[in-house]
Amino acid sequence: MSVPVVEVADLHVSFGPVAAVRGVSLAVHPGECVALVGESGSGKSVTARTLLGLTGEQAEVSATRLRIEGLDASGFSERQWRSVRGRRIGFVLQDALVSLDSLRPVGKEIAETLRLHRAVPRDAVRGRVLELLTEVGVPEPERRARQYPHELSGGLRQRALIASAIACHPRLLIADEPTTALDVTVQAQILRLLGERKRAGTALLLISHDLAVVAELADRILVMKDGVVVESGPAQRVLREPEHPYTRGLLAAIPTAAAKGARLSDPAAPPLRRAPAGEVVIEARDLARSFRGHRAVDGVSFELRAGETLGIVGESGSGKTTTARLVLGLLAPDRGSVAIDGQPWAGLTPRRRRELRRHIQVVYQDPLSSFDPRFTVRRILAEALDVGGRPRGEAVRLLEQVGLDAGVLDRRPLRLSGGQRQRVAIARALAPRPRVIVCDEPVSALDVSIQAQVLDLLAELQAELGVAYLFISHHLGVVQHVSDRVLVMKDGRVVESGDVHQVLTAPTAAYTRELLAAVPQLDTTASLVRRAS
Amino acid sequence: MRARVGVGAASAVLALITLAALAPGLLTGGPPDQADALAALEGPSAAHWFGTDANGRDVFTRVVYGAAPSLLAGLGATALAVTVGTALGLLAALGGRVLDEVVMRLVEVVLALPTLLLALLVITVTGPGTVNVILAIALYTAPSYARLVRAQTMVIRRAGYVEAATSLGLSQGRIILRHVLPNAFEPLLVLATIEVGIALVAAASLSYLGLGPQPPAPEWGAMLSGGRDYFSVAWWIAIFPGVAITLTVLSITVVGRHLQRRIS
Repeated sequence: MSVPVVEVADLHVSFGPVAAVRGVSLAVHPGECVALVGESGSGKSVTARTLLGLTGEQAEVSATRLRIEGLDASGFSERQWRSVRGRRIGFVLQDALVSLDSLRPVGKEIAETLRLHRAVPRDAVRGRVLELLTEVGVPEPERRARQYPHELSGGLRQRALIASAIACHPRLLIADEPTTALDVTVQAQILRLLGERKRAGTALLLISHDLAVVAELADRILVMKDGVVVESGPAQRVLREPEHPYTRGLLAAIPTAAAKGARLSDPAAPPLRRAPAGEVVIEARDLARSFRGHRAVDGVSFELRAGETLGIVGESGSGKTTTARLVLGLLAPDRGSVAIDGQPWAGLTPRRRRELRRHIQVVYQDPLSSFDPRFTVRRILAEALDVGGRPRGEAVRLLEQVGLDAGVLDRRPLRLSGGQRQRVAIARALAPRPRVIVCDEPVSALDVSIQAQVLDLLAELQAELGVAYLFISHHLGVVQHVSDRVLVMKDGRVVESGDVHQVLTAPTAAYTRELLAAVPQLDTTASLVRRAS
Repeated sequence: MRARVGVGAASAVLALITLAALAPGLLTGGPPDQADALAALEGPSAAHWFGTDANGRDVFTRVVYGAAPSLLAGLGATALAVTVGTALGLLAALGGRVLDEVVMRLVEVVLALPTLLLALLVITVTGPGTVNVILAIALYTAPSYARLVRAQTMVIRRAGYVEAATSLGLSQGRIILRHVLPNAFEPLLVLATIEVGIALVAAASLSYLGLGPQPPAPEWGAMLSGGRDYFSVAWWIAIFPGVAITLTVLSITVVGRHLQRRIS
């Protein structure tokens, strides 16, 4: 077998008393993709950073072996690491908006890597930048090279970042959650692009919390938990016959059509019994809203009944969130109407509006920003209970309902984990006893296993309280798991709607088919076929 | 570690000066304007730690008694400026476009005038004295608070938690009182702690020009001014009040920055 591009054995990294990585060994060969999979805090990103000498001064790193292209890197000076980064190992990060310099056109950014490592003669740099942008599939490279990161879409930014990472033909490309912030169709394009690099002989170290994403590309998978590799092996074996319970849990937690009705966090538990749908609680008719001439929402109509879940699926800019704000009465439509419990928002006095708001609550994607940073959980819930006319002492009962204990009452949201925060947000939404809860990407910022717990919680609460959900997500699997009916949105319009099973298994609109095709599949035979084609 | 020593020393200085302002009698014996013509212009000694001035008054005693009016001017001007600035900032941010334009243009006019000139103008109209010094300084420091509050409020108004409170059904007034104002206020307090020092220097400057408390009242700026003519023969008359001003402002700044780091 060929010499691995990078090889590390028994790697330990600690920050003071915290051991972030404990005894990780891995090797990546040319033309091979190794995936490091794990949840937040599993040590996967720290492991990747060690291979670039980027762990920082506070870190204590030790390994019995650390070789980059056959060279012993354990004693590398900062200067030696600099010659490795960009030239031998390229690094692609999650959020290109943060990773790219916002004050420089992207062309200049890519040119800098070339100049730094003297990869091409000075007068050839410009030509090479355009070549690279073309290579990563950026249309109109001349124009794009002159644009700033904020002028590019998420997908184009990620491509620019990859262009800069591969500028000097590194033998290894490390991609840390390269598609996490992207829409599903854009994600598919970026994965395809990384696949092309792999076929061209580049070694790929892919880091992700999502097993479905790595299933497309990985030859070998390492599953990490708490700084330790709990399972590793060929991708197909790990995905089809996982040995470690943690890997099995991760796989079971992925919401799919097959898992509908089942509890994701506990597959053995009996499925929930659903109450039949009741009376209409939201009626939206022909909603339209423009911002500065741009039609964000155009002709959206739907009905939602008590105890039912309506999913809205679409990519960024499709008008999902604007629809939610119209339904919540936070935004007035240019045309059309929304009625909550038969009461239209339009024409209400401010006092009546405030009273109506109680019936429709909201859970946001980022719970942290939806809490006043100065408030403790106790105050957050007290405020919501006051609105509902309930005694403040019921805060503990609310917390129990969402699976938290009274111990969190005096903590501020900043001191809670992501899953706990979302549970508090759900408790707050429940406090005024609403008929409907609008869930705007409620699990998009969460790890797969936490996502599973929150989705299960929402399902349990629905079965218990008969509350209706308007569930907005870009994640088809999640929508498929939670919804009874679904609206597929694109450019502000509903392109398809109906029973969730019908729409997502036998779509009639071309766009729905396109969306479905872009979803990374866990079924490895399907991925294999796609990889071969 | 070094930062901690600095903050400790600064806190100790501030504590001492606060004590001097609140209970000067605990730190020194005689009254501040007790003159002793026979002991005029004596250098620092065991009897007179900071020496005596041209009238034979004990400089140490006067520096101790001078803490109260000096601190009062700095704190008073800042408190007044924060109050007025917050009100103007809220008005501009929440009162609609016309009000915003009017308030912000006014603020810019005041900011465009040279500060000392503006203060002189106010005192020329109102006459010298501690209260008028406070008014003058507050007039030209309030605009920067107004700007900060306006900017903060505009950001917070769009914050997720304000939208969350709106969808909960809270009234606008309650949201402003409970969520917008307290969150806008935090950075303001940090700015204010640092600006107290600047206001203190400004007040001392006005006193130095003879526009603050009138003699024989002990005030650091006025003492500095009184010592000016004797500087070549009795340096201590001007130096010690000067050191008091410098130490106070330095300590306030150090403690203020420390608070700023703690909050952010």
